[in-house]
Amino acid sequence: MSEKKIFNPHEKEIIKDVYKGLDLPTRRLFGKRALSLGAISMLTGCTLTNEDSIEEALMVMSRFNDGVQSWLFDPNKMAPTYSEDMLTKPFPFNAFYGEDEIRPSPDNFKLKVSGLVQDTKDWTLDELRAFPQTSQITRHICVEGWSAIGKWGGVRFSEFLKRIGADSTAKFVGFRCHDDYYTSIDMPTALHAQTLLTLTYADEVLPPKYGYPMKLRMPTKLGYKNPKYIQEIFVTNVNPGGYWEDQGYNWFGGS
Amino acid sequence: MIMSGLKIYNASPIFDFLFPRELTVGGWLGGALLWHFAFMWLLVVNGLIYLTLNFYTGRVWKKFFPISPKELIKDVLDTLKGKLAHEDLSKYNTIQKLAYLSVILDIVVLIASGLAIWKSVQFPILRDLMGGFDNARVVHFAAMSFAVFFILVHLLMVALVPKTLLIMIRGK
Repeated sequence: MSEKKIFNPHEKEIIKDVYKGLDLPTRRLFGKRALSLGAISMLTGCTLTNEDSIEEALMVMSRFNDGVQSWLFDPNKMAPTYSEDMLTKPFPFNAFYGEDEIRPSPDNFKLKVSGLVQDTKDWTLDELRAFPQTSQITRHICVEGWSAIGKWGGVRFSEFLKRIGADSTAKFVGFRCHDDYYTSIDMPTALHAQTLLTLTYADEVLPPKYGYPMKLRMPTKLGYKNPKYIQEIFVTNVNPGGYWEDQGYNWFGGS
Repeated sequence: MIMSGLKIYNASPIFDFLFPRELTVGGWLGGALLWHFAFMWLLVVNGLIYLTLNFYTGRVWKKFFPISPKELIKDVLDTLKGKLAHEDLSKYNTIQKLAYLSVILDIVVLIASGLAIWKSVQFPILRDLMGGFDNARVVHFAAMSFAVFFILVHLLMVALVPKTLLIMIRGK
């Protein structure tokens, strides 16, 4: 037997009776409550759309801040460098996964190059080691607020970009990595003198936890802008975004 | 600014404690950073307008100066005795003058240390002034703490002398 069947025969009478039983002020109060109930349900609807528009507004501000930062960026300003005895030991491992989940890149690895470049040939590690090598000791600043000093060595990225005939008037350089990480940077930062395509850490071949076979190291950018395990580099005019950037971290992410 | 800042602090605390989630805004670090770097403009633009108008009109000299040590001692003693008078609300007493000047200075330090953290490469002088990147975070935290202290005392004072609220809003 359904509930409806129980109540159906007397439903109208019951409602009439209850109505009679309710005195006027009580009815008014009931009406008021119903109204406020409606108001509350409308409010929740409002809150939902508000949250979306708040997020939208915050993202607009983040894009505005990208613009402010690229305007502030002075290609001739160098990040401070430090002495060997100031190195942070051990240098912390950091990724979007734990240290036990590192997927080492294969040894027969070749770096791919694509996009707005003249030469799209692949690069072996030995070919990259044949470039003039530089090293520098700089401070890695994480978006979380901590910082650590490390020594990275490798090829000046501007030199590499020149060699592959990259269009230096293009806006972005994008990176695809072996661990499915991806990010992108602005061309002025790519051409900055301290931006290195690093092959070593503390004068040793880059170990797996620091991004073997190569990491792009920029002391002018926060940690999440410095890709490790790089597999492919491409030059483009369409902003490729990034793993964290697409989730809300500021795209420029520079200091 | 403060609540999103507490969430950013929690991502990598400088001291041996974290702030409870209820005091923070943004949901996660990325969200808190979005709030912080959007609302910083409100603080900066308001601050610049306030300082410009104050110096341009000379209000800053009329309202906050002179500060005499003698009057300060008198005002402190009167406060302790619960006898500090507020006959003319448009004139600040010495404690008010010092409190407002110090919070103005504090906000300048707050913004400068924030800038040293955000743009440590672009503003090397500011970075050095703050004692390096890591220390700039400590300065930023200390300046925030002072601002919170000021806000709490300020609210307490308004609660004790409610008639000041009207003049604060109207300006007369």
